[in-house]
Amino acid sequence: MLKTRLIPCLLLMNGQLVRSERFSLHQVVGNPIHQVERLNAWAVDELIYIDITREGAHGAVRSDQKIKGEDELLDVLHAVSRTCFVPLTFGGRIHTVEDVRARLAHGADKVTINSAAVERPEFISEASSIAGSQAIIVSIDAKARADGGWEVCSHNGAQPTGRDVVEWAMEAERRGAGEIFLNSIDRDGMGNGYDLALIEAVSEATRIPVIACGGVGRFKHMVDGVRAGASAVSAANIFHFTEHSTQRAKKTLHDAGVPVRMAGVKVR
Amino acid sequence: MIALVDYGMGNVRSVLNAFESIGTGARLVSDPADVVAAEKVVVPGVGAFGDAMAALRERGLAQAVRDAAAGGSAVLGICLGMQLLASRSTEFGEHEGLGLIPGSVDYLATDASLRIPHVGWNDLTVRRADAILSGLGEEPTFYFVHSFEFHPSDPDAVTAVTDYGRAVTACVGSGRVFGVQFHPEKSGDDGLALLRSFVAC
Repeated sequence: MLKTRLIPCLLLMNGQLVRSERFSLHQVVGNPIHQVERLNAWAVDELIYIDITREGAHGAVRSDQKIKGEDELLDVLHAVSRTCFVPLTFGGRIHTVEDVRARLAHGADKVTINSAAVERPEFISEASSIAGSQAIIVSIDAKARADGGWEVCSHNGAQPTGRDVVEWAMEAERRGAGEIFLNSIDRDGMGNGYDLALIEAVSEATRIPVIACGGVGRFKHMVDGVRAGASAVSAANIFHFTEHSTQRAKKTLHDAGVPVRMAGVKVR
Repeated sequence: MIALVDYGMGNVRSVLNAFESIGTGARLVSDPADVVAAEKVVVPGVGAFGDAMAALRERGLAQAVRDAAAGGSAVLGICLGMQLLASRSTEFGEHEGLGLIPGSVDYLATDASLRIPHVGWNDLTVRRADAILSGLGEEPTFYFVHSFEFHPSDPDAVTAVTDYGRAVTACVGSGRVFGVQFHPEKSGDDGLALLRSFVAC
């Protein structure tokens, strides 16, 4: 039976791992390479790295920080991929098919694309035709509208686009996306659970897998996400601050009757 | 020597990393003569069947893989590389495959409520433990991502299946030609165990 995937999402900003709150507050939590070694040993099912460094922000990077630009970022990806034997997704600042190729060549198995796809939807088809749909995840940052429904926001959530999230997810699927990474801006870093109505609306409208993200404060929230229709559950902050977090997440899912891969899970 | 066939499609970096981690270097090879001479050949691949076959043929690698197999080299096809072992595929039109394991690759028709592609970790039910499937631990799980399925003409060529609404072909094997629909290089310890068995076969 197909297992529900548990996918920690690691956010990189100026070369450091950070935690995020409502897409605006960011706090440094560690070194990206040490973290992958820790998670790999903990039997996670997949890893997603997203570089949320603001475009053009490199001038502000301190000299003691590890990544200064694109080349160094790709070096980190390469280092991470050498010890990561689960699927590895890399996202952030991907605008061209060359950006996609460079990440795959440095060890990513998939990429997430977000703002560039919103600006030029054909980019989804171009990327999936060179790399295969399975390698292209369209990442959608959703913000609840006052009158119901959700609006797609681009540029790390900063820019409202006027697009409806459900319609955009359907278009992404039509254009060749292999999966949807669905993040709720309103729930990001709040710890009060996923936006379940959002997950339900998008997974009902599409046939490709939906990875839910944004809002997990307790592992039980992941069970709710699966019941709302998510094929995979993701979270960021909870994995930084909770001991044995991936194992406890798996156990919570398993105990609730959600099929998960139990390899490496010692907390039974 | 393990030759990893480089035809411009596929997650070759991940496969190289995996072989490196089990202490056996694989070499990325694009010269047909090197493929024919290799003791073991790995055909990786992601993307569309027709494009992959065209790329292999253009580089003289399709015939090289056939010659290597005919000469007794062990061949392992991974994901799309496994499907390429078939005689033909109906993905975006009719395409001829390598023909190393007779059969056809068709759209993964299953329960309409299930998501396509079949993405994620799934269990393996071994039907015939050949050389690459004999060293696995208990309840092995592997990472799959595919929308098409290999149907060998000889049912005995299906060495393992996975459950996705029904029994779906997961592994094929015939003599020293092996194919796995999943990605062993991305399937944690179970995947590395399978690659070790291939190295030892």
